[in-house]
Amino acid sequence: MNFSNFIDLLRIALHAMVPLALTAVGEIVGETAGLFNIGLEGILLLSAFAGALGAEIGGPFVGLLLGMAVGAVVSLLFAIINTYWQGTQMVTGIGINLFAMGFVAFGLIQLGVPGHHVVTNSGHLLKIRTPMGMYSPMILVAVILPFVIHWFLKRTRAGLMLKAAGEMPEAADVAGININRIRLLAAVFGGILAGLAGAYMSVGWLYMVTKGFAAGRGFIALACVVFSGLNPLLALLAAFVFGFFQALAEWVKTLPNKIIPYEFVSMLPYIVTLLVVSGAIGRVRFPKFLGEPYKRE
Amino acid sequence: MTAQEAQQQSRLLRGIHRTVTGLHPALESLIAAVAGLLVGALLMVIWGFNPWEAYSALIQGAYGGSYEWANTLSWATPLILTALTFSICLRAGMFNIGAEGQMYMGALAAVCIAYFTLPPGLHHLVGLLFAAAAGAIWSLVPAALKLMRGVSEVISTIMFNWIAKWLGLYLALNILVDSMRAEKTVSIPITARLPVLVKGTSLSAGIFVSVAFALVIYFLLWHTATGYELRAAGLNPTAARYGGIRNKRTMFLSFILGGVAAGLAGATIVMGLPPTYAAFGGFPQLLNMGFNGMAVAMVGRNHPIGIIVAAIFFGGLSSGGGWMQILAGVPLEMINVVMGAIVLTMSIPELIRVFPAAKNGIQKALRSMLRKPRSAAGEGSA
Repeated sequence: MNFSNFIDLLRIALHAMVPLALTAVGEIVGETAGLFNIGLEGILLLSAFAGALGAEIGGPFVGLLLGMAVGAVVSLLFAIINTYWQGTQMVTGIGINLFAMGFVAFGLIQLGVPGHHVVTNSGHLLKIRTPMGMYSPMILVAVILPFVIHWFLKRTRAGLMLKAAGEMPEAADVAGININRIRLLAAVFGGILAGLAGAYMSVGWLYMVTKGFAAGRGFIALACVVFSGLNPLLALLAAFVFGFFQALAEWVKTLPNKIIPYEFVSMLPYIVTLLVVSGAIGRVRFPKFLGEPYKRE
Repeated sequence: MTAQEAQQQSRLLRGIHRTVTGLHPALESLIAAVAGLLVGALLMVIWGFNPWEAYSALIQGAYGGSYEWANTLSWATPLILTALTFSICLRAGMFNIGAEGQMYMGALAAVCIAYFTLPPGLHHLVGLLFAAAAGAIWSLVPAALKLMRGVSEVISTIMFNWIAKWLGLYLALNILVDSMRAEKTVSIPITARLPVLVKGTSLSAGIFVSVAFALVIYFLLWHTATGYELRAAGLNPTAARYGGIRNKRTMFLSFILGGVAAGLAGATIVMGLPPTYAAFGGFPQLLNMGFNGMAVAMVGRNHPIGIIVAAIFFGGLSSGGGWMQILAGVPLEMINVVMGAIVLTMSIPELIRVFPAAKNGIQKALRSMLRKPRSAAGEGSA
């Protein structure tokens, strides 16, 4: 592998990192407050679709905003069911994923070409030219945001309240914190970030939408969250690692002599995540009341 | 396990308990199904389709005659099994969402029987056993991680689904590949193909496998001591432990049974799907059967008999969707929208309590709105 190849690989990895990092950081906020959203995959897909439509109507920023709005609405529904209505978070998430899969495929057919839709040039969020190739400005957002969220969770009063809602809702309730409301806000914030991630994929990165567009990124983002143990900075690292392996797998595929099957390269990050979670490397701990609706006794 | 951990676990399981035994299980499933169909209808209206026409075409295509019923049942065959995977584990108190990966492994193991020859009946049996074993083995590691290291089964089964996807892709197109056609695996030989029951459809004898397995699970869960222990451990692990039930054993058992069911689901597809009787790269015929199984399990209220009914409903949606597309012009994808909306509705516990609660809330709001001016008037007169 020569140097320019390596730069290419890093560039692709950085672009692939963005949706994973944004989604993972949003999910960290939600999980800190005690909500486990397995429906991220569906939110990514829906917001990528909405983002593409918005970008074609009003330019790239309208696209990103529309994606965020869709993410917010879907996760608001998720949050209402799982806070005030005491729902089952896994099942809601599965429902969101199924719904999104059908809805986006249906919507793509209504747009004309079944299966995929290419975003017109006027809707592209342009990449910035540097001596090392073209980079999306969203990479900067994805790198800075985890630091901000880390500071927010560790150093602010609101961050502490979030943690209390996930770790010890009863005590937090006694202290006057509205558990359901804070969980709802956390989930909506996470949904907005997932929506931004989805819109970035269609508006700022690949400039298209297909029906299998999310391609498991929602689940990979969950893996990043698990890998990080709810630390946004580690989640950023995990997102980069997953992005790098995605890029590497694509690169290995193009090699003339098969040193290692690309399927094995694709598989590797999941195995590493399993090792991390099982405590073979480090030890991660999650909020006590993660996935649990809060009910006053 | 410390007292606090035990308390925490029992709290978690109370949540699961609510999803397993609702207030009026069948009624809630019905409400969810209606709600899902209404959401679908709403979207159709928005996009200018006629939902009445679409749904009557769907029902016609799903349950209109013996040919249609056969196709519906062929869709239901793997769904019954993957739904059982989810619900056996939920009965034992765990969310096992690894049916998808276990099913891929089962399908590939079933393909392996193409490499040796056996007399017909035995060949079928060996294929099913291979698939069951592969599914069980694939669920072994998540089970072990859960029991030995306390790793959430949700996370580990998600990871294993992905590992199965990539490993399966590699095995299907590199090891088990058909030397004539690079996009598919070798075909299952005639001696091991599940016979087609209705000519011209894809309904195979696999339906007997899945219904029989559902009945076995029903018998096991409700008529044996082991099943009683499994359900008791799911409902209240602390009480079960004081009652002398070995929770870890029941958890392990539920994982293995789930893996067997998912493996068999893979086998019924590759051994029973004409014309190729093979797995393809990317698993188009298997794709999402594991995830849709979870929807079936929810609507079937995690009861084997309920699951058979729910699988016929979901199978009908899938097979009738084609007719809906042809006759009413509504794209097939609408079916997933309906399924998703149904599952979303199912996630609201004690659904029929939501309506009275909403009614109460509205009444309360109205009353407080009405009361305010009245109390103000009262103060004025005093």
